[in-house]
Amino acid sequence: MTHARITAITSGKGGVGKTFVAANLAAALARQGSKVLVLDADLGLANLDVVLNLAPKVTLHDVMVGNCTLEQAVVAAPGGFDALLAGSGMVEYSRMTPEVRERLLAVVEQLRPRYDHILLDTGAGISDVVLFTVSLADAVLLVATPEPTSLTDAYATMKVLATVQQRRHLHLLVNQARHSGEGRTVCQQLQAVLDRYVAPGLGEPLRLSLLGEVPLDAGVREAVQRRQLLLESQPGSPAAQALVAAATRLLQQVENA
Amino acid sequence: MSSLPSSPLPSVPTLPPEHAAPGLRLEQALQLLRHSGVEPPGSPDQALYLQALVDALVDLSSRDPLTGLANRRSFELALAREIDRVARSGEPALLLVLDIDHFKRVNDTHGHAAGDQVIKAVAQALGDSVRPMDLVARTGGEEFAIVMPNCQPSFGLSVAERVRQRVATTSINVAAHTAMQVTVSVGGAFAPQWVRSTTQLWMQRADQQLYRAKHSGRNQVCMEPAALPQVSEQEKAMLFDFPNTEAGS
Repeated sequence: MTHARITAITSGKGGVGKTFVAANLAAALARQGSKVLVLDADLGLANLDVVLNLAPKVTLHDVMVGNCTLEQAVVAAPGGFDALLAGSGMVEYSRMTPEVRERLLAVVEQLRPRYDHILLDTGAGISDVVLFTVSLADAVLLVATPEPTSLTDAYATMKVLATVQQRRHLHLLVNQARHSGEGRTVCQQLQAVLDRYVAPGLGEPLRLSLLGEVPLDAGVREAVQRRQLLLESQPGSPAAQALVAAATRLLQQVENA
Repeated sequence: MSSLPSSPLPSVPTLPPEHAAPGLRLEQALQLLRHSGVEPPGSPDQALYLQALVDALVDLSSRDPLTGLANRRSFELALAREIDRVARSGEPALLLVLDIDHFKRVNDTHGHAAGDQVIKAVAQALGDSVRPMDLVARTGGEEFAIVMPNCQPSFGLSVAERVRQRVATTSINVAAHTAMQVTVSVGGAFAPQWVRSTTQLWMQRADQQLYRAKHSGRNQVCMEPAALPQVSEQEKAMLFDFPNTEAGS
């Protein structure tokens, strides 16, 4: 029986390509033979359906209110993975009540034995919904762009995850890198600030590792506008190759774990 | 046309026939405006007369008659607009809910006229302690709310404290030679950034903090704990201190 490794994908700032990364990473993992599900955990502002160009009749919302079974709500996404979409009507869950927690937890526990990888596409910022969904994950992947507000929010999120959730190892994916090596630079910079200002309070090191650097690529905008997966529409583009490389690294981590 | 003998109030203008739809309660509208101290706009034969009249009525129906503050109706609209803005832009916005402490005692001791004086004075103090872009509303009897767009989480507590202190230090004349002071309890919550929430949920969160303030002794501010921790200037400086050689490549 498999026991899916759950990776939460979060960002701090919104609009940095979190959902884009989640969907294409899932496709890359699926292509390498994994059984993958993406769960749209951005309950307040869900848009995985938009990115994947899907309009399912039943969604996570229906599962949570008991209108349908989990099996009915899981849909096959282009790219060879499954998706569980939040659906509209989830606005009521932007506040995490014990009841919502229980239901979401039950959903994740049911899904876990059926997949190798579950990617949680969380909301931006650090609401209690985001904190809760991240707490379900084995690993956390932060998506950031090299832009100052994105880096500041990503750093603030790392701080919360280290102090509130006792995370000691976080992963970073730098999206929209303007030149090769920028991901490395950004990661080192964040690590230096964490070492100086956050780790001393924790009493132990906090490690940030770079999962990948996705270059700024005109193909990405085009794919997003056409509501296609980059890995499907432009598999040879630099950004697609970078996402495949990130997926490979994710798989290596699981093997090493 | 202006000299119709059946008109009960000679000063009330009559609309030109093209505007005089059946059932149009023009007189009542004008009386409402006059009663609230608003001079009805222009004369009916002027262009855009109805427009001006509608504007004046809209203004009237958005305000609380006693204090002139936004009323609950327009406050809820403003709150919904702010939620949309925050979800799209991620700009932080603060909601404060306030309640005058032991207001019933004021009414019981000094009478309802004094109670009205207190409400008006508190309204004035609230208006004086916020920025022009902030919306101050009277949402109930002795309840107020303030929506503060673009308010940084690091300023939230000090902004709310300033409001509380302003009220506490205001001397209110409720009768000749009778000055008194009242205090307010304040609850505050920031809109969840990047999340399309609802006005009800935002209000609930601020109300919970008001409840806390009331139950920990009144005349104080309780703020919902900030979701994102503060990033100090030192941390930011270090974060963006890229080595020039690499950043320039």
